[in-house]
Amino acid sequence: MSRLAKVNEFVLRFANVNGTGSASANGLVARALFRMGLPVGPKNIFPSNIQGLPTWFEIRVSEAGYTGRRGTVDLMVAMNGQTFAEDVRSVEPGGYLLYDSSKPLAPELRRSDINFLDVPLTELVTREFANPRQRLLFKNIVYVGVLSALLNIEPEVVEQMIGEQFQGKEKLIPPNIKAFQLGHAAATERFACPLPMHAERRDAIGDRILMDGNSAAGLGCVYAGATVAAWYPITPSTSLVDAFSAYCEEFRVNPDGSKRYAILQAEDELAAIGMVVGAAWNGARSFTATSGPGVSLMTEFLGLAYYAEIPVVLFDIQRCGPSTGMPTRTQQPDLLSSAYASHGDTKHVLLFPASPKECFELSVQAFDLAERLQTPVLVMSDLDLGMNDWLSEPLTWEDSYVPDRGKVLTTQQLDDGVQFYRYLDVDGDAIPYRTLPGTHPDKGAFFTRGSGHDRLGAYTEDGAKYQDNVDRLRRKFDTAATLVPDAIVERQPGSSSGVLYFGTSAEVMPEALDALSAQGMELDALRLRAFPFTQQVHDFIAGHDTVFVVEQNRDGQLRALLLIEGNLNPAKLVPVLNYDGMPVTADFLVRSIGAHLEPVRALAMGASA
Amino acid sequence: MSYLPKPKIHHPQLPKNALGLTRRDYEGSLSTLCAGCGHDSVSAALIQACFELDLPPHRVGKLSGIGCSSKTPTYFLGPAHGFNSVHGRMPSIASGASAANRELVYIGVSGDGDTASIGIGQFIHAIRRGVNMLYMVENNGTYGLTKGQFSATTDPGSKNKAGKANAYPSIDLVQLALQMGAGFVARSFSGDKEQLVPLLKAAIAYPGFAFIDVISPCVTFNNHEASTKSYSHIRRHERPLVAADFVPLAQEITTAYAPGERVAVTLHDGSTLHLRKLAPDYDPYDRAGAMNYLQRQQTDGAIPTGLLYLDAEPMEMHDMLGTDTTALNRLPMQNLCPGAAALDAINAALR
Repeated sequence: MSRLAKVNEFVLRFANVNGTGSASANGLVARALFRMGLPVGPKNIFPSNIQGLPTWFEIRVSEAGYTGRRGTVDLMVAMNGQTFAEDVRSVEPGGYLLYDSSKPLAPELRRSDINFLDVPLTELVTREFANPRQRLLFKNIVYVGVLSALLNIEPEVVEQMIGEQFQGKEKLIPPNIKAFQLGHAAATERFACPLPMHAERRDAIGDRILMDGNSAAGLGCVYAGATVAAWYPITPSTSLVDAFSAYCEEFRVNPDGSKRYAILQAEDELAAIGMVVGAAWNGARSFTATSGPGVSLMTEFLGLAYYAEIPVVLFDIQRCGPSTGMPTRTQQPDLLSSAYASHGDTKHVLLFPASPKECFELSVQAFDLAERLQTPVLVMSDLDLGMNDWLSEPLTWEDSYVPDRGKVLTTQQLDDGVQFYRYLDVDGDAIPYRTLPGTHPDKGAFFTRGSGHDRLGAYTEDGAKYQDNVDRLRRKFDTAATLVPDAIVERQPGSSSGVLYFGTSAEVMPEALDALSAQGMELDALRLRAFPFTQQVHDFIAGHDTVFVVEQNRDGQLRALLLIEGNLNPAKLVPVLNYDGMPVTADFLVRSIGAHLEPVRALAMGASA
Repeated sequence: MSYLPKPKIHHPQLPKNALGLTRRDYEGSLSTLCAGCGHDSVSAALIQACFELDLPPHRVGKLSGIGCSSKTPTYFLGPAHGFNSVHGRMPSIASGASAANRELVYIGVSGDGDTASIGIGQFIHAIRRGVNMLYMVENNGTYGLTKGQFSATTDPGSKNKAGKANAYPSIDLVQLALQMGAGFVARSFSGDKEQLVPLLKAAIAYPGFAFIDVISPCVTFNNHEASTKSYSHIRRHERPLVAADFVPLAQEITTAYAPGERVAVTLHDGSTLHLRKLAPDYDPYDRAGAMNYLQRQQTDGAIPTGLLYLDAEPMEMHDMLGTDTTALNRLPMQNLCPGAAALDAINAALR
């Protein structure tokens, strides 16, 4: 039987039952490979459930640095009887399947073209551990030991990580090490280790880190000086506020125990964003984190914040919609509902991070932009980036950073005779000045309202004055286009086609572009980082005959936004859409883009022949 | 119209408070509410209360939702920042504002539609959270701005202007506030300034969530004989329980009290709240007793007014959160940002 023989280029998949403690064991494998200097892309594929339903964890290992999802499996750790048949089917010919052989395997579940690796995991843990909970948990560590031997994952690395994981709970270290070694020995006894497909230590990481996007964004809020977070629990955004909370506990507690921050768990998303609006009105950097269903509820306040010009930062960790959709699967489906959230003519600034480093940096930038522009800024991450560990450039910080608090008049300025009218465009950038409550006894107070107001801040139902105000808001959006982070463009000489993408599609794009290039299809690439679109985005589209717009939703929402805002020829923008709830793969992009380009290429080659 | 300011010319001999301000310095714009609206009397009482408390007007945040009542912050304390938010959502604005800056005084004005229907969730959670504010409902039992529909506080059987009777039970906001744990619960009547002004003063000074339900008749849609929120009905059924007067810290006590059972409550800052029982069988420190009493009175059709409940040791939101005593919006960046060295350590832990 053939056996896959690859070094440092393979996909591991774990099939588990939710709630059995497998996530930490699987994460241990990913991080151990990372510590051996290998680029890894771990993905947790989990159900909307606490216990009992199937869950998978996938690790792409790639010395070449391709960490995106590949879509096929080289080694399956099949620990879930419910999905066993399906898991067997998903393995590549010549691939491997590790299973618990404590019970005999039904013959119909076997496949002759893959390699079954039988280890009696249950028997092993039953022999060694008396406590039923321990038996359940340590079975996971035992298979980590088995994999360590099979894949040449250095035991010292794993054992050191077990020590780190249980720091403060030291008595848990010896039994975990014991379980790990049990698995390692069992594999060594049974199989020729390592397999032809295995890992070898390399120096392919540099100084990069392995971090999830939500932790990076939560940390960004700490560094940006945010002091008020208001939120309502929702997957997949909760871990962002958890991270903010944990980092605040580390860095923002006074010696007397008092806190230099406030985290308010609201009664619902309506209240969460209301608290953010109230805090921002009062001059605190404040934010909320939610997902699509939360954005739906927050749109009322987003309209108020837009119209009353209050800085708000909202993290939308997108997941599959509409309605409850698939709450634990990833997508990019909230572009239109976020860009134009609320009734009436509204436009919101959107930022699109594509790595943990960008989650960190764009969250800081979101506060600067929100306060500079006095408007809501929505950071559009997604479940894949938010909840999975990603290989990322390290986070960097300049201690000279000064937050951009925007145009806030001080008591001194008011005393010095600066004339203050709330909605007057003094500087020609359509951004007015504001004052914070409590600033001055008789100058600077104004009334914040969601109803019609004129340049001076007074209530009005006069059509011309209303129009003057909303025209200024539109011009303010033009100013925003000059302040938001620009796109990142990579050009190939002479290419007339381009690909335009954003967010998590970035993880697979280098692999897809390399594969297309190998087939003779060279494409320029633009990674979008913000809405409104900067001039570079308009120029990129104008400079190409065809632009593939890659996004992870059904309706091509980014393409629609480009058409609405850019007045473009729709035929020029070719949608490339992945929306099954799983992160897009390079293979899918190569097939989709290739299918469109291949006839063009063949025609061109025919003509030149 | 609401955007017309009142003329600022006034008599030079007007009495001044400790800040050297006159009562007129606490006024706002001209009211656009219907002539005779109870809400205007409430605004006048608030102006009086803030003047007597020597509050710097600009240190007050006045907040509201949507509706006739929510227009009223425009009509008092012109030098204060106001926020007319969205329907029923004033409590979340107040919670966030208080979280950001605990050093201002917050006065939230709402109505029965704004609080008892669309905003009931935010109302009860603001109580539960102990937001340090005066939360006042101008309760007229009708939707004025949308022309006279029943509200959730309209009494069952109470008829609207067209003679149609309300089929549903009403929500009693003071009972709800008591149930949710509000530390200061009062009810009053817009037409009883003598009772309302001291109650407002005490509620504003109260270091926790203070709730006042003010019956404030709607002259246009709900001030007819069949209405239980009309001037005449309230005057016939009002039953004062406990009168309150508030003396701020270090101010000489000059108020003369009528004879009767009287008690002084000292609040955290040393200010004193004087209570005088009008109903001999009423104990304003007994939450459960207050609820029982109110329910019995409701059955009789009476409208008990005055200070209904007082917790002299309230916990407010910042006590529960354990927040820094300095307003969060004033903390300097160096106290908030951990800096590059800490980030390097975080990076190192992620390798």
